[in-house]
Amino acid sequence: MHRLLATASRVLLVLNLAIPLLAQTATDSESTRRGTPNDAWRSTYRPLPSRPTVIRNTTIMTVTGPELEETDIFLRDGKIEAIGEDLDVDSGTVEIDGRARYVTPGLIDTHSHVGVSSTPEVGAHFDNNETGATTPQVWVEHSVWPQGPGFSRAVAGGVTSAQLLPGSGDLIEGRSATIKLVPARTAQGMLFPGAPWGLKMACGENPKRGDGYPDTRMGNVAGYRAAFIKAEAYRLKWDKWLESQEGARPERDLGMETLAEALRGNIFLQVHCYRAEEMANILQLAKEFGMKVRSFHHAVEAYKVRDLLAEHGAAASMWSDWWGAKMEMLDGIPENVPLVSSAGARAIVHSDSDLGIQILNQDASKALFSGRRAGLTLSREEALRWITANPAWALGIDDQVGTLEVGKNADVVLWSADPFSIYARADATWIDGAVVYDRFRAELQYRSDFELGILGTEGNRK
Amino acid sequence: MTQTYLVSLFLLCSSSLALSQTTAIVGGRIHTVSGEVIEEGTVLLEDGRIRAVGASVHIPSGARRIESAGKIVTPGLIDVGTSIGLLEVKSLTDTADFSVGGEDAIRAAFRVSDGLNPHSIVIPITRLGGVTTVATMPSGGALSGQGAIIDLDGTTATDLIVRDPAALYGAFNPGAAESAGGARGALALLLRESLDDARYYAMNKNAYDRAVLRSLSLSRLDLEALQIVLDKSVPLILHASRAADIEAALRLAAEYELDLTIMGAEEAWRRREQLAATGTAVIVKAYRNLPIQFDQLGSRFDNAILLVEAGVQVVLSTLDTHNARNLRFEAGQAVRHGMKWQDALRAVTLSPAEVMRISETHGSLEAGKVANVVVWSGDPFEPASFAEHLFIKGREIEHDSRQKRLFERYKSLEGRPVQYLGMPTSEP
Repeated sequence: MHRLLATASRVLLVLNLAIPLLAQTATDSESTRRGTPNDAWRSTYRPLPSRPTVIRNTTIMTVTGPELEETDIFLRDGKIEAIGEDLDVDSGTVEIDGRARYVTPGLIDTHSHVGVSSTPEVGAHFDNNETGATTPQVWVEHSVWPQGPGFSRAVAGGVTSAQLLPGSGDLIEGRSATIKLVPARTAQGMLFPGAPWGLKMACGENPKRGDGYPDTRMGNVAGYRAAFIKAEAYRLKWDKWLESQEGARPERDLGMETLAEALRGNIFLQVHCYRAEEMANILQLAKEFGMKVRSFHHAVEAYKVRDLLAEHGAAASMWSDWWGAKMEMLDGIPENVPLVSSAGARAIVHSDSDLGIQILNQDASKALFSGRRAGLTLSREEALRWITANPAWALGIDDQVGTLEVGKNADVVLWSADPFSIYARADATWIDGAVVYDRFRAELQYRSDFELGILGTEGNRK
Repeated sequence: MTQTYLVSLFLLCSSSLALSQTTAIVGGRIHTVSGEVIEEGTVLLEDGRIRAVGASVHIPSGARRIESAGKIVTPGLIDVGTSIGLLEVKSLTDTADFSVGGEDAIRAAFRVSDGLNPHSIVIPITRLGGVTTVATMPSGGALSGQGAIIDLDGTTATDLIVRDPAALYGAFNPGAAESAGGARGALALLLRESLDDARYYAMNKNAYDRAVLRSLSLSRLDLEALQIVLDKSVPLILHASRAADIEAALRLAAEYELDLTIMGAEEAWRRREQLAATGTAVIVKAYRNLPIQFDQLGSRFDNAILLVEAGVQVVLSTLDTHNARNLRFEAGQAVRHGMKWQDALRAVTLSPAEVMRISETHGSLEAGKVANVVVWSGDPFEPASFAEHLFIKGREIEHDSRQKRLFERYKSLEGRPVQYLGMPTSEP
């Protein structure tokens, strides 16, 4: 019996490898998000109006190399137009004196629930899903409240993109959404154009809570496997039809559609997982179904299996030092991020918090200096990568954002001081070349609908 | 590597033998907090106390010298918003001893010190952040119970305790109101009835013991316990966030002449004049700017700064247990949003000592005070700095904790399974 099952799954695996990415070519286009049959749910984001802007004589932390001192950066038409000394710019360009200040790429958070389970944290705002053991059919973008007070504050902390996640009370929780932190009336207007979805999954204590969910960690793993075995059959049925276009089109199943896209590699696995051996189990799960884990989340024990993460190519999204809230968080150590990074795995500092998202730079700084203190050799660029280029990679948007390079999107932060200092504040944040936050101009510090009329609190909340 | 680890373990053990050794911290920039900053000064520690502080201090022969040129020396930091020693893992109720639980709103007689665990793994982790002293407090209900002040070093609960009871804790917020029936008015009613009955009980103890007194709303133990706030021998610390709730708490304190401190206090900036006029201190978390609940709609980063400017005594706290080691970053956040550096240092040292009434022995670097001292590699509020030397009651604290040992175990994944690391071995 067991042997038969094992053989069957091996056959499926072979078939999976034999028909690679057929559906991707069938459904992917400029206007269509991968994994949807048409563009009904496409991003309606349009860059805000912008003026050409040059920041002069500043320290530019490109992420790709050492810091450039007394250098200019020129933003035009939503892109980084040039980086260099004494840049020639168009007339009418906004000139900003960047002396004694620092410029970094916009920060990126791989793990946020801003606007999903928004402040005020009342029951009516708890929209993270958690409706059953496996709910791949839900999309978090359908829970996003653009009026969440957390968005404008995150921008004031220098964050320009974030992955909003459902969960994490279920084994498989549904699709994430990568957004730009721009003021908007609809969630669709915030979606990062072209960004792939993530599939949020969860290990450990959250899903194994019984009462309709598994009781045990082995129950968790059985649950993932059962779901992907079902999804394999669905994917095969669809891929066959997409290839031949013969016979009746198979019936759509919303949840299976998402899992099939994850099997095809078009939707990235984003897995909430604290403990080392559970991360190892998830890596084996990925192997069984021919998938890759894009990022583990929380991963307080990533340091224990950092070699396995590096080998698989999985990122780990972590806090600098949070620990102790649950049994599975007991072994968190401040050297976690630096150890993972030093092992050649992609380390990411994430927030999972409406407060934490506002100080990602400080959390990276804490991790950087904990690592150095423990004797690890870490450059400032490496630490900056934890909150810029690495999260950009984990979200599949690294071709557009995450570093300061000519041609990339002008998602930029101007800091009042070295961003690794606790005293540094974002003086201004740009998204696609448009100012979305200016610390010295109240009219460029947007407030959500919710906050209107709460008198006496204008200004100074950022 | 194994050998290095064993040697460092030996050093850790031997450092605890240095308990009574006279120590001179020489050449650092000394922030006494109570007085002027001393450039290149000396702090002399002897028999668990600070013996002398100054620019020129005679160093007895045989004293251990800690050269601290270029370093920053401060008093040990004090966080008065923790439940350290009462909680190991937040989600495990078996490890939690900070709340009576149940339906009773008034739990004044509950003393946390009876459940205090001096071997908590949170203690060594917290003190490596330069935190040497904390209040460990109860929560839940309308009046939660009595908290204690502890120094974070010792092998018995008695060793740890600095002052117990140190304060009576409670809340004037939606949670407390719910335990009183729902409305905030019901909570005020309950608190007034409790305080009235406690006062009446004190005046008629004989009658009470003879059982000829009218019936009272509380148990004998709670009636007894409330005397410590009625006679002002400890402060009443009430959690309140909304401006109107702070105002209601101030009214209550005025009626019963209580020594009130407000904790949480997200909207305290809206009542700063009243707080200053009544001499009411506040315990706040600096890093808050979100309307987390409807009673915190006015939360803003510069709350603490506005309060200090208005003359209110401000204490900064993490309001956390496992993250209390990050108290220094709360001070850093306050400076980031406009607080003067010296005010921020005071808000995590002398101000909490004063509010908790331990400033005779704690909170500043002065001769005669308990030798809780930190030598920082640089600005203590910066992540780039760390506590290089840490003394609690004169004993130098080893750089050791469960987390440090996990790091040591996992810093290399080469060779034998990590479980053997640090074990004696005869193998090459």
